[in-house]
Amino acid sequence: MHPMTPAPFLVRSRRPVRADTVNLTLEPVEGACPPFLPGQFTMIYARGVGEIPISISGRTRAGGYLQTIRAVGAVSRALCRTRRGDLVGVRGPYGTAWDVPAASGMDVVVAAGGLGLAALRPVVQELVRHRARYGRISLIVGTRAPMTLLYPRELDRWARAGVDVQVTVDHPDHEWKGPIGLVTKLIERIVFEPRRTAGFVCGPEVMMRAAAGELVRRGVAASRITLSLERNMKCGVGRCGHCQLGPLLLCLDGPVVSYERAARLMAVPEL
Amino acid sequence: MTSTDRNDRPRLAVWKFASCDGCQLTLLDCEDELLPLASTLDIAYFLEASSAVGPGPYDLSLVEGSITTPQDAEHIRHVRRVSRRLVTIGACATAGGIQALRDFADVREFASVVYARPEYIATLERSTPISAHVPVDFELRGCPIDKRQLIEVITAFLAGRRPVVPGHSVCVECKIRGNICVLVAHGTPCLGPVTQAGCGALCPAFNRGCYGCFGPTETPNTPALNTKLRRLGVSDPDLVRVYRTFNATEEPFRQASEEAEGDA
Amino acid sequence: MDVVVLESLDPLIEELRSAGYTVVGPTVQDRAVRMAEISSAADLPAGVGDVQDPGSYRLTSGADGMLFGYAASPDSAKRFTQPPRQTLVRMRDGAFEEVDEGAPRVALLGVRACDLAAIAVQDRVFAGSRHPDPAYRRRREALFLIAVNCAVPGGTCFCVSMGTGPKATAGFDLAVTELDAPHRFLVETGSERGGEIVARVPHRRAASEDVHAADEVSRMAAVRMGRQVDTDGIQHWLPAAHDSPRWTDVASRCLSCTNCTMVCPTCFCSTVEDVTDLTGQVTERSERWDSCFTLDFSEVSGTHARGSGLARYRQWLTHKFATWYDQFGTSGCVGCGRCITWCPTGIDVTEELACIR
Repeated sequence: MHPMTPAPFLVRSRRPVRADTVNLTLEPVEGACPPFLPGQFTMIYARGVGEIPISISGRTRAGGYLQTIRAVGAVSRALCRTRRGDLVGVRGPYGTAWDVPAASGMDVVVAAGGLGLAALRPVVQELVRHRARYGRISLIVGTRAPMTLLYPRELDRWARAGVDVQVTVDHPDHEWKGPIGLVTKLIERIVFEPRRTAGFVCGPEVMMRAAAGELVRRGVAASRITLSLERNMKCGVGRCGHCQLGPLLLCLDGPVVSYERAARLMAVPEL
Repeated sequence: MTSTDRNDRPRLAVWKFASCDGCQLTLLDCEDELLPLASTLDIAYFLEASSAVGPGPYDLSLVEGSITTPQDAEHIRHVRRVSRRLVTIGACATAGGIQALRDFADVREFASVVYARPEYIATLERSTPISAHVPVDFELRGCPIDKRQLIEVITAFLAGRRPVVPGHSVCVECKIRGNICVLVAHGTPCLGPVTQAGCGALCPAFNRGCYGCFGPTETPNTPALNTKLRRLGVSDPDLVRVYRTFNATEEPFRQASEEAEGDA
Repeated sequence: MDVVVLESLDPLIEELRSAGYTVVGPTVQDRAVRMAEISSAADLPAGVGDVQDPGSYRLTSGADGMLFGYAASPDSAKRFTQPPRQTLVRMRDGAFEEVDEGAPRVALLGVRACDLAAIAVQDRVFAGSRHPDPAYRRRREALFLIAVNCAVPGGTCFCVSMGTGPKATAGFDLAVTELDAPHRFLVETGSERGGEIVARVPHRRAASEDVHAADEVSRMAAVRMGRQVDTDGIQHWLPAAHDSPRWTDVASRCLSCTNCTMVCPTCFCSTVEDVTDLTGQVTERSERWDSCFTLDFSEVSGTHARGSGLARYRQWLTHKFATWYDQFGTSGCVGCGRCITWCPTGIDVTEELACIR
């Protein structure tokens, strides 16, 4: 089979999670979903509109993919408009993954900005599933407004399962009593043992640079911090050349990259 | 979107301002696509094709021509009001067209030379693109527009996707088509490297240089091209003429011609 | 490797045609040497030479009666290994159909050593990757490659620096060295199917004089090569020079027109375009050549990672000569010099690299 040929998938369910974002569960028309690792993505094709990379946010009980999509461009708008039973194309999963087990025995800081939590959800699920293996687990979530928070019920569940969940917003409404401002400010305050801490970071690039930079400032080794980088991705399989970031082809060598590697690349303007 | 229920079909309108009608004719020239087009869209207003006029509002308006009179300037606001999506078609509507050459001279002087009774001529000082007057959803370039690109804009509108109308140079199409580079192999002056693709590299396919019908690329480097053209022996007055055609007032082309004029 | 001598290429061309190959070779069209279908040696550019300089290409009269007395033509093998446009997938009635555009049996005559090296680079990208492309593999297998060893290096080439030429050493079915006085062709066999074709055309075993004459052709081509690149450590020093002032200088001359990437035999970047018909019943996805010099290439949600011409030129040159190693374990440059000749403003990568270093 040609690497650019999508497999037909059906939209099994579609749940709006905020004004511009939906959770889709996708199941293959034939056979089972290929296994995925936290941090990997699929290329989802909206018929006649185009194809975009979307992180896999989890697996449904029936074995499908949960994918959270925000309507920002023509393809994501079309995907957000799909209905139960619609056909989409799926290729993948592709890309590198977050090595969650490598954080065994360590404190863990998970920092998510905006839609970044969609990519980090499988990481947190994995941490919670094996809660005893890890030290302190902190999940810092930055979001635009209280209304735009992803997976609010799961955040509560994770908190009850022993994760220190902290949410900060850019634009509070009148009911908001929590922190306001950057994720970085919360990282300054949380408790962890820097020399044995792993960081998992995903969000807009400025947020990731700030969050990873703060973790390093507090003494976490850059090699123990991993980020999920984003560039234009047309193929997902290393043949279109669009997602280059210096030596990396992010569809193959990423999206999950260690901060040790990414910091130097992100520091070069327009690389 | 593509319902066959005739009442559900999106309504199309085609409007004309100061122009030669060539871009509207491109629509009629879409022979193979015309029937499916007419069954997919309700062509509600298209005077070039039919005097039957369906009332607004319209889902998609194609606008040809530039704004050159006070009445035009008023009328385009009406067009905008009755159009859900407004797409300009062609160099006149997108850049002011060949008639924008008046911008480089005194229009009253023209009128007094050309017309026996210039006082009957009510015209604006400048020929301006539609975007100078109302918000535009998409600008399709070319003098005239390319048939395939027009169909692409319409089908993309129907499918709800971004039209594949890239802003890169003619050179991409030229090499995909398999043309030889006339600039390098023949020393023929060619605006291809600073001109947006869309025509399919028509002129270079016939061993002619590009005339810039589709206007400047997304990031044109006209000073670098001018260095090359001068090396090929193009004089400064000729450089001015090269850039002052159908897209003369597009900023990068205007600057390139003014730079050459300054040197001339 | 069997080495034989042919008095004429006609029987070889005839044999390839009867074996079902479309023979594509150099011809003169539009005042340039272009690869096109040929039916006999009479279609080849006898007595034609070329002068290639940065931003300039002119045909001249070359050595009398010689058929390959010019350097790399604007056409590499890329058009055959990676067609400029291919339909990938068609979707109708709720099903995805993979579109097989077929793999035409083409015998490419006149492929240069640099072109063979470029094909080997593309093999790594398309066939040797984690996600191999079966259509590419079929096209490659259907391509019969007849290399011609360069006698006259072009004014812009530097294959010696890149270790790819001027003599073809691998990756061909047959390799030809054109010899004069008397006019004849030394032919080396590089594959089983190449041997089978040669066995069926009139030939004689090569004498040691023939072999020596051919070696001399390649030796002289190497000696007369005009340009060079110091590739020592380039994988490290070039990316490290990301803030060199030279980038600003070259950006002032760069048109971002994409010509260098279009003529480059290894540039493989592509984009995917979606086409729908007016009725919305049939939709197609197709892949076409793209270039890192376009603005859209680096677009993410409306912003461009490489908005400036500087960044785009830096990306191309750095990728070609350095980060290509990280991604594919080889240089992306084969030293054919096409990007120098066919750059309208005559930007010379060898000069830029020397200045950046």
